[in-house]
Amino acid sequence: MTAINFLVCGVGGQGTVVASDILSNVGLASGYEVKKSDVLGLAQRGGSVISHIRWSDQPVHAPMVGLGEIDYMLAFERLEAVRRLPYMKPAGTVIVNAQEIHPIAVTTGQMAYPSPVQILATLQAYVAHVYEVSALATALTFGSSRTVNIVLLGAISHFFPAGASIWEEAISQVIRPKLLEINIKAFHAGRVLMEGAS
Amino acid sequence: MSVQDQRVLLSGNEAIARGAYEGGVGVATGYPGTPSSEILEVVADRYKDVLYAEWSTNEKVAMDVAAGAAYSGVRALVTTKSVGMNVLADSLFYLPYTGLEAGLVVVVCDDVGMFSSQNEQDNRWYAILGKVPMLEPADSQESKDMVVLSLDLAEKFDTPFVVRSGMRIAHSKSIVILGKRVGNPPQAKPFPRNIAKYNCNALFARAKRPIIEQRLKDLQAWAEETPINQVNWRETKLGIISSGIVAEYAREVFPDASLFKLGMVHPLPEQKIRHFASQVRTLVVIEELQPFLEMQLKAMGLAVLGKDIFPTYDEILPETMRSCAIEAGLLPAGERKERRVIDLGKLPVRSAVLCPGCPHRSSYYLLNKMKVPVTGDIGCYNLGCLPPFEAQHTMGSMGSSIGQLQGISAAKSPERGVCTIGDSTFFHAGMAPLLDMVHNRGTGAVLIMDNATTAMTGHQDHPGMTHNLMGDAVQRVDLAKLCQAMGVKLVKEVDAFRVKDVESALKECLAWEDGPAVLIAKGECIFVTRDPKPTYTVDPTKCIACDSCTRVGCPAVIKIEERNPKNNRRKSGIDPVLCNGCGICAQVCPVGAISQTDRKEAAE
Repeated sequence: MTAINFLVCGVGGQGTVVASDILSNVGLASGYEVKKSDVLGLAQRGGSVISHIRWSDQPVHAPMVGLGEIDYMLAFERLEAVRRLPYMKPAGTVIVNAQEIHPIAVTTGQMAYPSPVQILATLQAYVAHVYEVSALATALTFGSSRTVNIVLLGAISHFFPAGASIWEEAISQVIRPKLLEINIKAFHAGRVLMEGAS
Repeated sequence: MSVQDQRVLLSGNEAIARGAYEGGVGVATGYPGTPSSEILEVVADRYKDVLYAEWSTNEKVAMDVAAGAAYSGVRALVTTKSVGMNVLADSLFYLPYTGLEAGLVVVVCDDVGMFSSQNEQDNRWYAILGKVPMLEPADSQESKDMVVLSLDLAEKFDTPFVVRSGMRIAHSKSIVILGKRVGNPPQAKPFPRNIAKYNCNALFARAKRPIIEQRLKDLQAWAEETPINQVNWRETKLGIISSGIVAEYAREVFPDASLFKLGMVHPLPEQKIRHFASQVRTLVVIEELQPFLEMQLKAMGLAVLGKDIFPTYDEILPETMRSCAIEAGLLPAGERKERRVIDLGKLPVRSAVLCPGCPHRSSYYLLNKMKVPVTGDIGCYNLGCLPPFEAQHTMGSMGSSIGQLQGISAAKSPERGVCTIGDSTFFHAGMAPLLDMVHNRGTGAVLIMDNATTAMTGHQDHPGMTHNLMGDAVQRVDLAKLCQAMGVKLVKEVDAFRVKDVESALKECLAWEDGPAVLIAKGECIFVTRDPKPTYTVDPTKCIACDSCTRVGCPAVIKIEERNPKNNRRKSGIDPVLCNGCGICAQVCPVGAISQTDRKEAAE
């Protein structure tokens, strides 16, 4: 039995749900049974958001994945990557966007935001494969921070046999036609970021 | 929507909308509320060429609109969130008495785990209380199919049906095989002048009692036969009875057990349950929240385990189910999954916050400063209860803020209070209590925070807006004139983005003695505004690190590394990606260190 469990996490407003929709569609197009589940923050923006996605060649019952059972985490924000670590399999893969969005507890000085070095060390202590990517910087080269989610999809696409055309098709099912071109570019820019990764 | 041989991934909410389309619904109504809100949005977005959809002013209105349509011979769908069922129930409960001319389905999305609700109620009880049949889907395919089935059955049995979904189904996607819309869906016919059927005067309604009881027996007989109540036989050592998403978890956690998955949770197929019970050595009911099935099975005299093993609150996710089952000896201890100890230390919490550019920010900044008692209502603005504001002291149910304010006044509290209520919530349930304040001469400031949308649930329309769900241009209701017409003698409107103006108006309203005063703080939600503003920046040479700007609780206001040598505190900065240019921080800065830039990042 082949089953692949994903967790997409980030902060409300970053486009995590769109990314997880596309990831689900890629699974379906690759011939898997697919379920996915979104847990959205209370606010439109600023809360923690996570989606679980399950691809399997057997029927999938629960749409969520338990702690210690995630193969791939796509984290849109450094702190959120750490927060969701308990979901990861030790042999799993974490792709973390090198972006920081400070919670109010940090801006008001009640708590400190861990340093990038600390965060990377924590992730590496518990998960075998950790890749940090500068998705925001890449997205801004197209002039739009809104494509961060598609840049990150490009990065994770590196690990799967599905060809770019399957991903592009899945993106076109979710992204409005007006914004498709820039998002396809973002996808390929993200894919390039992972070139050379094992 | 992804299409591949008509196998598509749909969320439970999308599937309900698809079911309404395929089932020939002509009128769909509801009031937005998590996790049900997307249903009508999808109906309007994808299917409005063939059916009418509206956001009604509240759930009770939605139920009555649907009833009127069903009386007229058109199939109807009503959507509500868990607690909206309490508002809707008043009108749902007359419908088993009247019956209908065309199918009528209520979809309620429960919120087990309280992701976005003020209580955790088990709406299955409404089926027993209201004597209405209830189905419970376990995934998107069943969500669609059960809407279509309910529409047929509603006509067959002359009663509305309830489909109980929930957050995990509504917001999960699974594969659905699409069908076609029924040919010739029922069309409006001359309105029935059948008073004995449709008028619930006790004279007529009393005569319906035996009919309703007989109908439940007929439905029970149907439940014995239907394949939606399905037994998945495996070993007979352990038999599990469950329904909905919990039955899906149970299938994974207990791969060897026989599983009776109920698609219909009221009325129950008693004979089929008795047979299942007789075939298994140990019988267990697994259900979230209250022992709804368990109590009924026990009333049948069956020996059954349930809430002595599994919790009566919160979700029973697969992990919880597994550990409870191991604890009770239903699963061998060897099934326990080794969990790594992961020490993450103390991570900064990420509580939900008012968005950068939110028009509510000025009000909570001021209410925090003024230290007045604030009764609050339901909407994004309840985030005003969290740091750094901590200025919305109560929140109960839709519209309760105004009634509570009247209570403070009636109790002759030494302090005069403020209540905070959004525009959509005011239309939903705020008008009646404001009339109460006027009529009974209560005092206090009613702060209507008019952001020109129903923001928290995803920006649905309401009577204060210039369009409706069908996209028609409509005359907006003027809140100020409405409040004046209701008899409020002091009604003020103010620009929510001008802190000083809001402050002086709030003080004037609080001082008002002649009945309630209404202050309408107007400012568009950043998600609906068509007027994006340039971002702000902090001049670090002027910033004195006094933290005034961080007290407005904006996620875009951050601390930079540079410190003020005098107090050794970090100076402020503004994240240009997050800033939406409202300028509240600049207005509270005592040294003029914050100013507007001349550029805004492209909106998309």
